[in-house]
Amino acid sequence: MNEMIFEAKGLSRSFTVGGSPIREFANHFLRDRQPTVLRAVDNVSLTLREGETLGVVGESGCGKSTLARMIAGILPASSGERCFRGEAYDSFLARKRDALKIQMVFQDPLSSLNPRLRVGEIVGEAAVLHRLVPRSKAKDYVVDILARVGLPADSINRYPHQFSGGQRQRVGIARALAVKPHMLICDEAVAALDVSVQAQIINLLMDIKRDSGLAMIFISHDLGVIRHLCDRVAVMYLGRIVELAETKQLFASPTHPYTRMLLDGMPKISLQRRRFMPIQGEIPSPLHPPLGCHFHPRCQIATEHCSRVRPELRQIAPGHVHACLNIECRSALGEM
Amino acid sequence: MTEPFFQVDGLNTWFFTRQGMVKSVRDISFDLTRGEVLGIVGESGSGKSVTGMSIMGQIDEPGRIVSGSITLNGEELTTLDFEEMRRYRGRRIAMIFQNPLMTLNPLMRVRDQMYEAIGAHEDGSRRKMHDRCIEALKAVGIPSPEERFNAYPHEMSGGMRQRVVIAIALLLGPDLIIADEPTTALDVTIQAQIIYQIRRQIDERGLGMIWITHDLSTLSELADRIMVMYAGAMMEIGTTQEIIGSARHPYTRKLLDSVPSRNTPGEKLKQIPGNMPSLLALGKGCPFASRCERATEICGEPVPATQLSGTHRIWCYHPFED
Repeated sequence: MNEMIFEAKGLSRSFTVGGSPIREFANHFLRDRQPTVLRAVDNVSLTLREGETLGVVGESGCGKSTLARMIAGILPASSGERCFRGEAYDSFLARKRDALKIQMVFQDPLSSLNPRLRVGEIVGEAAVLHRLVPRSKAKDYVVDILARVGLPADSINRYPHQFSGGQRQRVGIARALAVKPHMLICDEAVAALDVSVQAQIINLLMDIKRDSGLAMIFISHDLGVIRHLCDRVAVMYLGRIVELAETKQLFASPTHPYTRMLLDGMPKISLQRRRFMPIQGEIPSPLHPPLGCHFHPRCQIATEHCSRVRPELRQIAPGHVHACLNIECRSALGEM
Repeated sequence: MTEPFFQVDGLNTWFFTRQGMVKSVRDISFDLTRGEVLGIVGESGSGKSVTGMSIMGQIDEPGRIVSGSITLNGEELTTLDFEEMRRYRGRRIAMIFQNPLMTLNPLMRVRDQMYEAIGAHEDGSRRKMHDRCIEALKAVGIPSPEERFNAYPHEMSGGMRQRVVIAIALLLGPDLIIADEPTTALDVTIQAQIIYQIRRQIDERGLGMIWITHDLSTLSELADRIMVMYAGAMMEIGTTQEIIGSARHPYTRKLLDSVPSRNTPGEKLKQIPGNMPSLLALGKGCPFASRCERATEICGEPVPATQLSGTHRIWCYHPFED
């Protein structure tokens, strides 16, 4: 087995909602008016090995993007620990060179690329600044990287708005690769693209992974993409991981009721018309999550116990953990 | 088989821009029967949304419907003037868009927006309107409709908002609903719920629906028939069975093949090389020819329709065999 490149231990992040300085000052005196705290990521532990791709899947508001930002070191954690190659880090500000080792690709390339810089500068700037390449060789270096992501050499002199959506995402990937990262975090990197363009970008990411052995965390709401690209998958619900397993295992035999529901809701290309009633209910507000297991109000097999006790992640098979209190989870679901 | 109540015949919608003529929709023809969902699938720039807007009579300068006819219950819509068309919009044809926050007025309660929609087309007491509104909200699966009725859009989740929009669309009992990517911005579990409810309403009320999307998997579960568009032109139209199960057009096949769930996990996806051609520089032939493996010289000529079955039509010189 490969060595561990990243580890998160009990990582949490809370946001205070409506916490303006005046409000906080007032709260100081009016003790009964507690500010509302949103626990975006709640005690998440996971690992990533060299060369591995880990998928994080969940619906909007489940905290997957907050998790990505914490892993990338853009966002400080409220509590918990992050380790890169065994070394704990909080934010990368202290050691800027290390910050380059974890790079991110965002959903909307137009808002993550500087519209007033040419692609050559966007891609090459950081590499030159951090002396990964001498300025005199920067142009060749950038052309090289652009070729790797399938962009012609003359794109170097063009601006982001002169590209199509798929090409822009290629620029975003080139920008991330230019500083020779060891780990890449893709936050909904293909969500805004057309199916045929999405296929091109997924193939590109797979090529990069094969050629450079880059470890990747791939965040998406699209189970089809996750299934295709990832070795292991973590399913998140309201800030917590509810199930984590190898991709094959998770799709073949999901055990957590929420994972089951997600897989059922996933649109598939098939000729069988869906005739059953989909599971009702919406994601509760993360501001006031249900007590106990967050999922219990929507869960078909929830018992009274579930509304009181927070389920911990338990191992149910090698490499397969889930957080469900119902021990007979699997058989109960089988009868559904 | 019932008679179609809605027909589009030879529709051309072009935009006369400073860069040149953008032929966004070229020679589109289809029809719709009651209780039927027609899915229009295509990538961005394929002209699927412009088709929807053309039907609604919502094409603004510099664009216009150059030729073709659109008939609803036998009445021609393209020749109606603005005032006449306005009586149709909302009442006989309703439209649902991708982003409910842009459809709903953020300063008005759901109640007032629904009253306004009814009031624009008919008179009636508030009491009567109220019952109708609550019923419409119930029909799309909104829990505690009385409460939601008095809420503002920002107090609801994205899924709830989209349900409200659908409820408003259903309010006046239209014959046709055009939905442009209505569930694209929603989570999968919510999407499944809404699709279920929409299908039920269509079956119960016997209305026709045009569902515009880029997502073939949603269509395979919802639509009765599917029309595939590329660069403003029709590529293939047929029943869902014919399109998903036995697509004959190279573009449809490629589109289906590039969906991750139809590929072996971990293997490279079958991608379509290249990009969509610019709509400014289209030749008279098949627009997909430059990316098509099967293309030959003849593909540069105008492509006639080939009728494969009573429902299956295709525009291609080199279709796949069954």
